[in-house]
Amino acid sequence: MRPHLDTPAGTDAGGSTGLFRLHPDGTASRGSRTYGLVVLAGVILFLLVALVFSPADTGSENQMGDMVRIMYVHVPVAVACYVAFLVTAITSIAYLWKRTEGWDVLAVASAEIGVVFTFLTLATGSIWGHIAWGTWWEWDARLTSTLVLFIMYLGYLALRGAILDPVVRAKRAAILGVVAFVNVPIVHYSVTWWRGLHQDATVSKVDPSIDGLKLFALMFGMVLAVALYGWLMIHRFRLHYAAARLEASGLDRALAERRAEARPDAVTADAASTDAVPTDAVTTEGTLS
Amino acid sequence: MAEHPGPRPGSLGALLADARLVAAKDLRLEWRSRVILSQVLPFAVLVLILFAFALDPDRRILGQATPGLYWLAVLFSTLLALQRSFTVEAENGVTDSLRMSGLDPGGVFLGKTAGIALHLVALQLVLLAGVTVFYGTTPHGPLLLLAAGATATLGLAAIGSILGVMAAGLKVRDSLLPLLMLPMVAPVLIGASQAFTAAYDRDPGAGWRWIAMLGVFGCLYTAIGIVAFEPLLEET
Amino acid sequence: MESVVRFRGAICLLGRFPALAGVDLDVSAGEIVLLQGPNGAGKTTVLRACAGLVPVVDGEAGVLGTDLRTDRRGVRGRVGLLGHASGLYEDLTVADNVRFWARAARARRSDADAAMARLGLDGRLADVAVNRLSAGQKKRTSLAVLVARRPRLWLLDEPHAALDRDGRDLVDALMGEAVAAGATVLFASHELDRAEAVATRTVNLAGGTALATGDTAAIDRDGSGDATTAGTDDVGATRGSGSAGPRAAGPGGGREATVG
Repeated sequence: MRPHLDTPAGTDAGGSTGLFRLHPDGTASRGSRTYGLVVLAGVILFLLVALVFSPADTGSENQMGDMVRIMYVHVPVAVACYVAFLVTAITSIAYLWKRTEGWDVLAVASAEIGVVFTFLTLATGSIWGHIAWGTWWEWDARLTSTLVLFIMYLGYLALRGAILDPVVRAKRAAILGVVAFVNVPIVHYSVTWWRGLHQDATVSKVDPSIDGLKLFALMFGMVLAVALYGWLMIHRFRLHYAAARLEASGLDRALAERRAEARPDAVTADAASTDAVPTDAVTTEGTLS
Repeated sequence: MAEHPGPRPGSLGALLADARLVAAKDLRLEWRSRVILSQVLPFAVLVLILFAFALDPDRRILGQATPGLYWLAVLFSTLLALQRSFTVEAENGVTDSLRMSGLDPGGVFLGKTAGIALHLVALQLVLLAGVTVFYGTTPHGPLLLLAAGATATLGLAAIGSILGVMAAGLKVRDSLLPLLMLPMVAPVLIGASQAFTAAYDRDPGAGWRWIAMLGVFGCLYTAIGIVAFEPLLEET
Repeated sequence: MESVVRFRGAICLLGRFPALAGVDLDVSAGEIVLLQGPNGAGKTTVLRACAGLVPVVDGEAGVLGTDLRTDRRGVRGRVGLLGHASGLYEDLTVADNVRFWARAARARRSDADAAMARLGLDGRLADVAVNRLSAGQKKRTSLAVLVARRPRLWLLDEPHAALDRDGRDLVDALMGEAVAAGATVLFASHELDRAEAVATRTVNLAGGTALATGDTAAIDRDGSGDATTAGTDDVGATRGSGSAGPRAAGPGGGREATVG
């Protein structure tokens, strides 16, 4: 009798989650460790490709030299951040449809990771700009719309932080998640039209003529960023979910305490200390006040 | 037992009837309390004046920036109008009354949006006079100005109503609503300012695609609001 | 007799707190049932649950034939709730409020005006803004809104509070008139003498559960420690017979009445 606690990937009370059995000390499991190692190997390989093997930028107008490699971080994390917010939107819709807590936990975990990736996107974009043109910010279309995205999802997290009731929080955040994501293409197009006349060469403009190792590095980076997002999601989701279940597990105890208020000899002060409703039942031993 | 005159519940007619009822109620509320008139309107004009203080009083800058400054003033005033509009719905158990009332939630949304939109129109007329006087600019391209004003107002009112009810009743509502609203209406600020710039620069051709974008924004969020209002109204 | 309210082991959560921890309740058409119990017992939550405002997460809960677990919004049009808050727009006048809420509920304008007259609000007070009214006058206005809706089930949360004696007499008269017209009343009050006089039956709540049901005469009033059981109740499934109220001896007394 636990409302809205079923996860989409059926859990049992022992804590195993589908394929992955949880490690008792944390959110890791045999499966997630294996996955993490694969991602780590990929990162090492990627760093080799990006930092060592791929050619430095010598011929283009910017003369960025080795610093062009920032692109290999910037573009992949940008892709990952949009993936994260798309996942938040989809899981929000799923929550509104199914009303099970697991979807809400997925949504918030994805949004949190998305905010981190968005920040990285902005930071690497800013660093690129500083190296290329000496300015820390250029109002180019993609960076600007990413900035708006960043603040929108900070607002999403702020809304969640402001609501205590878990069901109300899940529902309103889900609606906001959808409303915000629907706005993403509109923001993108309006900013692009707005800055359309100012076609500065930016880190966000991927030179269509790149090929060979550079293209491979970029593609590989994108896959890796999404994989890294996935690994972070596993852990973040489990952490939040465990916290939610811990909170909810007190229900039986709360029910027992609540019913105990009716007993004439009940003097447990704890029964009177629950959140919303003050009670002096325990002190009114049979008198109807 | 109470009879049920009027349109069949759940129909479009009921939606519109409820919207009209709620909008009339909001207008009557403003008529009796005069909060928009006596507080938000002066605030809007004050924002225009503050821009003059903050920027070089050299009138050319103000003249060039008029479209953007105008829409910033509209935006800040919209926040105040929204706070007011949704505070009254969160006080004194009115939210429960709304849930019990049998009003179609989509209709309530439309009514609130319409009420806010009408107040914004009144505000904008004053602001237009304000920029003409204080910044020395003469409006041009009335058709474009009107279209931009109308579509942007709809968008602001619609998304403002969605976010307003979402943040209603929260203690941090006053700082949360601007944080939620301002990034989301970035397209409206950009689009409306660009359309006004095109109008003022007597180059209206450039402005019309912004009207299209503003129209899409407004219709989209009106539609979302009608559907989303019911779950938002439930459960404080 | 037609069942207007039927709860079996109903559990309601406010956040994570179980405001109702298994309530059994039966109300039949035409009754005036008094809910009593200490502060925090769950009286307000029972009323709000019947109004469909609080979700029932476990057990059975039906009001006027509607299952509250699946369709709690559907019941709202047929019930009227008078809560602790006024539910009125402070800046609007009495007449504005009553007419607005009546029209929202698709009641006729004539019903709204008649309700105001019945509550003594049709004279000078009709055009006074609600924020200028006394607490008692606000209560009358909220009552007028309820009366205008003509609900089949009246849910009144401490209706006598803030009213003067005339006001309280008026509330009692309204309850009687409502029942005479075919409605049912469920109310909570701390005004025990008056409430028990007008109620046909009393339900005791404590700890989010209903302890016993019985005629008002069955309540232990003389402090002797004995209360008669619920045998005189003519509603079929009365739980808790044999354990009668907060003075029942033994630790298990109160809880036997609940569904575990």
